[in-house]
Amino acid sequence: MIAQFGFGVLVVSFLVALYSVFAAIYGEYKKSPSLVESARRAMLLTWPLLTLTAGVLIYLLVNNHYEVQFVYEVTSRSMPTYLKVTAWWGGQAGSLLFWSWLMSAFTSLVTLRKWDRDREFLPWVIVVSGVTMSFFIGMNLFFENPFAQLYQTFEGIGPHTFQPADSILFTPQDGQGLNPLLRHPGMVIHPPMLYLGFVSFVIPYAFALAALITGRTDDRWIRLTRRWALWAWLFLSFGLVLGGRWAYDVLGWGGYWGWDPVEIAAFMPWLTGTAFLHSVMIQEKRGMFKHWNMLLIILTYSLVIFGTFLTRSGVLSSVHAFAESAIGPLFFTFIGLTLITSVALLIYRWDSLRSETTMTSMLSREALFLLNNLLFMSILIVCFWGVIYPLISELFSGQKITVGPPFYERATGPLFAALMLLMGIAPLSAWGHSTVKTLGRAIWKPAVIAVIITVALFFTYTKNAIALTGFFLVALVILVTVYEYWRGANARQKSQGENIFTAFWNLTGRNRRRYGGYIIHISMMLMAIGILGIELFQVETQGRVAVGESLNLANYTVEYREIASWDDSPKGVNFTRAVVDIYENGVYLGELHPRKDFYFESQQSMTIPGQYATLRDDLYILLIDWEPASVEGATFKIYVNPLVNWLWLGSLLFLVGIVIAAWAEKDPERVTVRAGRRIQQTSAADD
Amino acid sequence: MQINKFMVGGVLILGAVVFLIWSSLNATSEYFLTVNELNEKGSNIVDRNLRVSGAVLGDSIQYDAANLILTFEVAHVPGDNAEIEALGGLAEVLHQAVIDPSRERMKVVYEGPMPDLLRNEAQAIMTGHLGADGIFYADELLLKCPTKYEEAVPEQVVNK
Repeated sequence: MIAQFGFGVLVVSFLVALYSVFAAIYGEYKKSPSLVESARRAMLLTWPLLTLTAGVLIYLLVNNHYEVQFVYEVTSRSMPTYLKVTAWWGGQAGSLLFWSWLMSAFTSLVTLRKWDRDREFLPWVIVVSGVTMSFFIGMNLFFENPFAQLYQTFEGIGPHTFQPADSILFTPQDGQGLNPLLRHPGMVIHPPMLYLGFVSFVIPYAFALAALITGRTDDRWIRLTRRWALWAWLFLSFGLVLGGRWAYDVLGWGGYWGWDPVEIAAFMPWLTGTAFLHSVMIQEKRGMFKHWNMLLIILTYSLVIFGTFLTRSGVLSSVHAFAESAIGPLFFTFIGLTLITSVALLIYRWDSLRSETTMTSMLSREALFLLNNLLFMSILIVCFWGVIYPLISELFSGQKITVGPPFYERATGPLFAALMLLMGIAPLSAWGHSTVKTLGRAIWKPAVIAVIITVALFFTYTKNAIALTGFFLVALVILVTVYEYWRGANARQKSQGENIFTAFWNLTGRNRRRYGGYIIHISMMLMAIGILGIELFQVETQGRVAVGESLNLANYTVEYREIASWDDSPKGVNFTRAVVDIYENGVYLGELHPRKDFYFESQQSMTIPGQYATLRDDLYILLIDWEPASVEGATFKIYVNPLVNWLWLGSLLFLVGIVIAAWAEKDPERVTVRAGRRIQQTSAADD
Repeated sequence: MQINKFMVGGVLILGAVVFLIWSSLNATSEYFLTVNELNEKGSNIVDRNLRVSGAVLGDSIQYDAANLILTFEVAHVPGDNAEIEALGGLAEVLHQAVIDPSRERMKVVYEGPMPDLLRNEAQAIMTGHLGADGIFYADELLLKCPTKYEEAVPEQVVNK
């Protein structure tokens, strides 16, 4: 009964979303503000409706309604309540609903804003988000109904939306439960963050299309959605990083980043989104790259849908793939249609998007931004090629050829290095015009210090050429960025008579995007340190030891003390936990508890490492196997991952940076007058 | 003239990307084969980068925990997704592969911690090379249980 109610509300939401699309189009066509207003209200209504639907589903999940197929598949009695709630997005049907729900929340937020100045955009923003939302709700309605119930008929038991004739409801005693690997706090936050990122990129896209349709192709749409794009980027980035951390903490997923097709699918919109965030600045400051920005946001939207499609369709083999399903082709059709429509619109408006200025200097800020964009696109091409290469090779040669992490590392490595170099140079360049001389004057001090640091590392830390190149670039970018910061604060200190701390604070506050962006650059460098460390310097050992014996790795000694195994019946898990003492150069550091959990109902184990984290490295101990009699000993696999914690530290700083950049400016000192053709000889501290 | 300068730059970058992709593909691409195809080609592909997919035979899993050496066998499953769908889905295909003794099989050796997802009727996607001894030496193991995210309705519920 409750399930049918949920389905009913879903049907209503679908109709309301469709209504808003048609009312908006028809209202615009008839020039009827009241019809458009009713479309807007319909759009506002989708959120409460979908919230109610989601509420019903959560109610069913939490209260063990196993007659509902979805509930039966993703929860079980032994799961704690918070995991039952998160099981909402643990399966396909639920995650599609989750998507629609987020989408409706964002569109409601957008429709609630003041539209006075942008009235002409409103109907089209409603149309674009309404179409997207209808598509996702439709998926739920027609193919992946989360409210389908199990009915016993003469032919057997199966899921049905409506009760078939001569059938009775079938209620299993217990559900199958979420896969143990998903029973992790990561499950609570990683998928929602990625989804938030995915979904919120729909809003800038909707405005871009509205701009193309109405012909109001100035940068108003960019100004309106700048912060949406930043928040979308924040969520997407955070989602990616959390996924990495989750993978690192649970062995089953293998590493922090595996170049798995689905990881790449989430990474691709991030790449275009990052390029977009950079290049919109050029449009705002110089009135250039207008086609390019349109194309980037269209690509980002398509890649967002493509990413969802990849995780759902089972086209590619991946650790993240959901069960295969019929909805793949529909996703593909949807992406195809939206892409064709958007690009057609872009071509139609091509002439009104001409640049207002031309680029003259190869070293000007805008040229370097262009280069930055090209590099992001290059990485995108590599990723895209790697993902589709198996399909293409099969099509043309009949032989499926796949690529793995070595391909991506090799092909993107130099591109990432080039991006880092650019991060070091671009902040020092000026709009309009820079020369080797002006740039050289700005960069030589940081560059010399970076060289000195690199030489010092050569003698003390490593002789690995890749690592040294990487560390040089990291040092250069950090120094340049800090130097820029310091110059800005110093100038402010002199001109405003502020002390240096106030100057720093105000500098950041007055130009949040710029200085938030610098913090992001620094955080990227910290992350690069971590990646270089774990990729190039990881060491490992393994061995079977009896109680009291120890294993040595790097400076660490790991001594096996004891092991205990016990059942936790309510949870349906057996825990086996080893206690090891760790020493560094003979100094006692503490104890770690690597363990293995065994889930009875799914007959699956889960390996949880013991970790000892410092900024220098991460000691990572896995319990592989053990004998009941302690004299026989236990087997451990031990890794030392140098510098990897800089990766996580960098991720935190990264969040700080984006929040600063995306935070509303409290007193906009925004220069809306374009630099135009005026050539600025000065360096960039004054933009 | 200005345009040319930027055009040259763009072409250079494009060239660099094409070169990066091309050279990386040459160095790292892997043939994706089924067990049947692998056995057919046999010694012709010894020491090439390969990726093979198969159904794990639970009884064959042996783990030398002291040395972290894992051996198991996989049975042939079709490589094509459409074919798998036509045969009743991945779970069904894996199940049939494991219970059919006439299927071609392949022995796999992997060194490292035993993956949590390795078990009977899991799909293993292995990257590595075929040794001259006919054993597949895997560097990387990707395991996919069709039941991993969303369990298919189990036997006692679905009636065939």
